[in-house]
Amino acid sequence: MANMTLTKTPMPEQDPQVRARNFQEVALGYTAEMAMEEAGRCLNCKHPKCVEGCPVNVRIPEFISKVAEGDFKAAYEIITSTNALPALSGRVCPQESQCESKCVRGVKGEPVAIGRLERFVADWYRENVNAMPEKPTSNGIPVAVVGSGPAGLTCASDLAKLGYEVTIFEALHTAGGVLVYGIPEFRLPKKIVANEVDKLQAQGVKVMTNMVIGRVLTIDELFEMGFKAIFVGSGAGLPMFMNIPGESLKGVLSANEYLTRTNLMKAYDENADTPIIKSKAVAVVGGGNVAMDGARCAMRLGAEHVYIVYRRGEAEMPARKEEQHHAKEEGIEFKTLCNPVEILGDENGRVCGIRCIRMELGEPDASGRRRPVEIPGSEFTLDVDTVIMALGTSPNPLIRSTTPGLDTNRKGCLIVNENEMTTREGVFAGGDAVTGAATVILAMGAGKKGAAAIDAYLKK
Amino acid sequence: MYKIVRKKELNPTVTLMDIEAPYVANKAKAGQFIIYRIDDMGERIPLTIAGCDKEKGTVTIIFQKVGFSTKALGELNEGDYIQDFVGPLGRPTDVEGKKRVCVVGGGVGCAIALPAARGFHEAGAIVDVIIGFRNKDLVILEDEFRQSCDNLYLMTDDGSYGEKGFGTVKLQALLESGIEYDEVLAIGPVPMMKFVCKTTEPFGVHTVVSLNPIMVDGTGMCGGCRVTVGGETKFACVDGPEFDGQKVDFAELMSRNGIYVEREAEVGKTHTCRIDAMGKALIK
Repeated sequence: MANMTLTKTPMPEQDPQVRARNFQEVALGYTAEMAMEEAGRCLNCKHPKCVEGCPVNVRIPEFISKVAEGDFKAAYEIITSTNALPALSGRVCPQESQCESKCVRGVKGEPVAIGRLERFVADWYRENVNAMPEKPTSNGIPVAVVGSGPAGLTCASDLAKLGYEVTIFEALHTAGGVLVYGIPEFRLPKKIVANEVDKLQAQGVKVMTNMVIGRVLTIDELFEMGFKAIFVGSGAGLPMFMNIPGESLKGVLSANEYLTRTNLMKAYDENADTPIIKSKAVAVVGGGNVAMDGARCAMRLGAEHVYIVYRRGEAEMPARKEEQHHAKEEGIEFKTLCNPVEILGDENGRVCGIRCIRMELGEPDASGRRRPVEIPGSEFTLDVDTVIMALGTSPNPLIRSTTPGLDTNRKGCLIVNENEMTTREGVFAGGDAVTGAATVILAMGAGKKGAAAIDAYLKK
Repeated sequence: MYKIVRKKELNPTVTLMDIEAPYVANKAKAGQFIIYRIDDMGERIPLTIAGCDKEKGTVTIIFQKVGFSTKALGELNEGDYIQDFVGPLGRPTDVEGKKRVCVVGGGVGCAIALPAARGFHEAGAIVDVIIGFRNKDLVILEDEFRQSCDNLYLMTDDGSYGEKGFGTVKLQALLESGIEYDEVLAIGPVPMMKFVCKTTEPFGVHTVVSLNPIMVDGTGMCGGCRVTVGGETKFACVDGPEFDGQKVDFAELMSRNGIYVEREAEVGKTHTCRIDAMGKALIK
């Protein structure tokens, strides 16, 4: 008999007052009892809609029924048959707009907490079994993967399972891409990412860090070295700015810089050499998940006031509801329907305020969201000493500018055909490099499709 | 891990190291830079490449022990390893198609002026080099420059070696003598590059400067290295590090380079910059 409770089994979290000043994980995860209780809410539908909502097609009801039985190892094996990185997707996926949005239990009450269950299973396995996978029998065919973010890791994992000799080229000093430089420790502990990379290496994947493809080696040189196919998952790393006065003042940073200093370079740790601005009051401009991450890092680094400045309303914010909710709980102040017009500096060239104008929503624009319009004469100043620009990113031009025949669209995103192949024979691509800034799970889905496409291409 | 295969003290504060990094050595060109990180808690520090040996697979870096992480690097010895060494980053110096150029190096900037001078020379240009130092004890790479240019002018602020005066004085004299340069390339402290640009401006000579702003990743991701060039925002790591000096907003660059000065001072580092004062004296 299914558990007919209308709400999800709650997941324990660190107290907001406490967690707002530390970098430990916010959500603490289910216990085995909680997981089994929640798994009991799944009706095990004959035609599960949730699977259709998953970019990597996790066999959701099957794994959940194993959780309900208490056979967590079997559940793990079911998940990892299609999803290489469940500890990550269980944490950072927007389940509310994917699998959980399709769950029949959501019609009346809350859907099954699929994300929490996936996370539980992955964590249980890491803590209780953590067997490193065996290296599959090699087919001797070398394939290169450029970038070790969610797209690259997933693609490498699937290719390795098929027997390919995979080498990942990562530009930074640590593998993981946005999972290590962007998403903060309190949402995704770095040891979890490292554990996934260890598993890949156990499967025979070579990881070469400090290799900026496009500079140290070109795509053509990778082919000359003997790689038979290349997957480009180089992400969308270039930060955008607003082009308003004052953006070059000391104390204006891109979210990328702020998060990279904090996460990848561990600036929150006193023992780390990388400096970070000590802020009293911070304005984060933008309304996406990256803006929430920036704001929550600023709070943890000791700021007294942290504002989210967003030109549309709260309902229009692209950030996950859960992230908005967590941010508010931690004391972050939302200044919605506000747009910066100028950043103000003191005599030393340091930020001392941000001038904003109030907005109202007009007619819907091309994106279907109501277009924000300035309210004349409504300018006001927020006293801040730091401004973090979280306005989005665009793809890095290093590869496209050094690879003849690799076509991009007007936004600089790589163009791929229905088989994930770019306009260069044997060069495949996926993730933000193709779509522009999107989510971890969409990149994982693209990595998966890329691996299948490379396999089909090389077997031709 | 990357091995330090050679270490040489060039003067009391400037050190040369050859680092084993075959992939970087194979590709590096004049004007490009690397980023190193000493250990797992280290900063990512950009340094312009001073040379490389493709056969040995080594890259030469020359650095002034001025901040926390350059001092820490200076403590290491031959046979030691550093955690990370990534490159080549940035665009190379455009050495082709020039008839005559003048390369102006200031202090430790001479270390990266050298491969540029060599590059121009090998590409067939007549190369005049002006290198300036505070005094005789700080002179570096004199012999190497002599082999890489047609005319070398060595200047010291106090006249203890070579000619007395700033490099800009010599540059002014050369320009006034009627020599026509296709390009002047200035590499050194920011104020020095600014004054080189001021010197060449009335002569209408194309002047290129090599910038080294604060950066984290060096691949275009953080935007920390943004500089204003001709009213546009450019990222030094991917659009540079060399830019048209007449268009660079030097005041903004100098201000931005001071972002973490207080923090460095906090951790017990003291470096009083004399160059800016010298530059101001020069303008007077």
